[in-house]
Amino acid sequence: MSKVYIALQDNDESRYIVEAIEEDNPEATVIHMPAMIRIEMDGRLTVLRETVEEKMGRDWDIQELHLNLITLGGNVEEDDDSLSLHWNE
Amino acid sequence: MAKKLNIKDKYRLLTRDLDWEFSYVDRKDAFPFEEFEGIKITDWSKWEDPFRLTMDSYWKYQAEKEKKLYAIFDAFSQNNGHLNVSDPRYVNALKLFLTGVSPLEYQAYQGFAHVGRQFGGVGARVACQMQAIDELRHVQTQIHAMSHYNKFFDGFQDYSHMHDRVWYLSVPKSFFNDARAAGPFEFMVAIGFSFEYVLTNLLFVPFMSGAAHNGDMATVTFGFSAQSDEARHMTLGLEVIKFLLEQHEDNVPIVQKWIDKWFWRGTRLLTIVAMMMDYMLPNKVMSWKEAWEVYFEEAGGSLFKDLARYGIKMPKYAETIEKEKEHVSHQAWWIFYTHGHAAGFHTWIPSDEELDWLSEKYPDTFDKYYRPRWELAKEMEAKGERFYTKALPQLCTTCQIPMGFTEMDDPTQVCYRDSVYKGDRYHFCSDGCKDIFDDEPEKYVQSWLPVHQIFQGNCGGPDVENVLSDFYRMNLGEDNMDMKGSPDEKRWKQWKGVA
Amino acid sequence: MPIHAITPEYKGEVLDKLENFNGNQVVYVGWDHHLMFCAAFAYPLPPEMPFRALLDDVMPEAFSLHPEFSKINWDKAEWLLDGQPFIPQLNASLIDQGIGHKSLLRFQTPELKGVQEAGI
Repeated sequence: MSKVYIALQDNDESRYIVEAIEEDNPEATVIHMPAMIRIEMDGRLTVLRETVEEKMGRDWDIQELHLNLITLGGNVEEDDDSLSLHWNE
Repeated sequence: MAKKLNIKDKYRLLTRDLDWEFSYVDRKDAFPFEEFEGIKITDWSKWEDPFRLTMDSYWKYQAEKEKKLYAIFDAFSQNNGHLNVSDPRYVNALKLFLTGVSPLEYQAYQGFAHVGRQFGGVGARVACQMQAIDELRHVQTQIHAMSHYNKFFDGFQDYSHMHDRVWYLSVPKSFFNDARAAGPFEFMVAIGFSFEYVLTNLLFVPFMSGAAHNGDMATVTFGFSAQSDEARHMTLGLEVIKFLLEQHEDNVPIVQKWIDKWFWRGTRLLTIVAMMMDYMLPNKVMSWKEAWEVYFEEAGGSLFKDLARYGIKMPKYAETIEKEKEHVSHQAWWIFYTHGHAAGFHTWIPSDEELDWLSEKYPDTFDKYYRPRWELAKEMEAKGERFYTKALPQLCTTCQIPMGFTEMDDPTQVCYRDSVYKGDRYHFCSDGCKDIFDDEPEKYVQSWLPVHQIFQGNCGGPDVENVLSDFYRMNLGEDNMDMKGSPDEKRWKQWKGVA
Repeated sequence: MPIHAITPEYKGEVLDKLENFNGNQVVYVGWDHHLMFCAAFAYPLPPEMPFRALLDDVMPEAFSLHPEFSKINWDKAEWLLDGQPFIPQLNASLIDQGIGHKSLLRFQTPELKGVQEAGI
């Protein structure tokens, strides 16, 4: 199965986003590198607005992800509640 | 109170609904570039932009990114951030970045502004216009970030002039000129897809992580800030490919040919990044080979598996490219080391620890083929005869890099290829570069090859020194030559209070 | 199709045509399996230059930095001209023995294996 990935800047906001991703995608692998965090996952990876809001304790717009995003790999599906990545095989 | 629009509705209203039909002009006259490449578009409304970013959100988020970025630039410069880099050799990677890469951001801006006008579909036009503005932001933030280094180090002063003239900078310059001189769809496959989706990751992710690892907060911040736009550009690149392939089956072979061409051109261009990672970052994050495996082989592999359902195959030279990861960084740094008198930055022999790191990372090739070169260079340096090559190199007509790449199955032999077109002979570093020429010779007979231009007397002279100082505007004895004994090194020692 | 252009019958300007080199032609010379020199060298030379002058007056400046250059037995060196086996005539001009504009000359010295016998 192909791996999708997302990389975020290593900062205070991303920490909550990463926590949310880990909770919603228990199979994901989190790799810490200098100044960045890379998360890989077989198949599909989803970022849920609700979980991020819970971790941050505030409203969070899914498009705020752009502020801390470094790169991603996979087809993107985005709506008001989530962003997900997947490959077609 | 009116209900808040969801992302999809907002995107539809603020993007698609801004388009209109032309009653007063023929559609073909309004979009004259859309057909000559042979691409068939039957329905632009099938275009899907996965990030449904509208202009109002775009400005909001970009403004926030800029505020964060400039706060860091200010802090970096107020705290003399240049003194915190790992080693003054590191700064030379930035000189190469500013002269070789930042001007490409400007070319990307020009290219996307052009196609952002020329596409018939409004979704594609809006996405390309946003990308054009992003690219302009990238060149500006990079110049701002590096203007701090310009106050303290040599080699940053004339990047734009140098980009247009210096021999090795014709490599990145001609790469983008080639893409921009193509039609709008080839440009998108070249830059939007091949370059942005797979190749820029190698520059902006592991290299920028390396900048952080070497204490350069300004660079890592502009790098990651630029890359946050890049994630949007990547999805645009992928969308373009899927859209073209879904629109008409006749598009498949055309797109495949462009993928073959631009992945090859891109890997050649990235040899500069390969040597930056393996030789110019004093604190190492990962080797070029490792980065290549993660971002090209693994990520690219998944991508091409996904595209297989359209009949798209891995780029044509994937097998050669796989072998090249063991060699190209070493071959590229040797080109620059031996031409250190003609480079606008400093070069050096890797330290003993660095040589050992290279042996460890390249167990199959480094000790056998490349370590002996550095031992020779050390011997010569010890005798007071630092090796600078004394004649000008043969260049590849397509990629314009000195013909220093070897046969991958015979790594001590330079790879020579040639073609004869209308009675003239043209030389290439590889099958990939030869095939690109053979497909469109009328384009590449126009290559502005720096060595030949010098011989023709178009770069001043008569001596190479005059070319370097007057035509390239290098400050000889300051910008060029070995790191050892350079003014950069002397100043650094003064600042640090070491002898 | 020699180009995919919007302009019908588009023709590119040949930037490196012979006439642009002020009476010279470009000749490339490379030493196989000796990668101390990262690439073949490019020389602008009069087409009438005898081969001997290339060997004695042009090549040594750059090539002689190699520790094996002085050990070459030129009687035994093997040459390729544009990929084909070639026996140079020392007193004939470049052009008269088929060495034309942008020709590539490669020489091979199989008994010399390069620095540390590593092809350098």
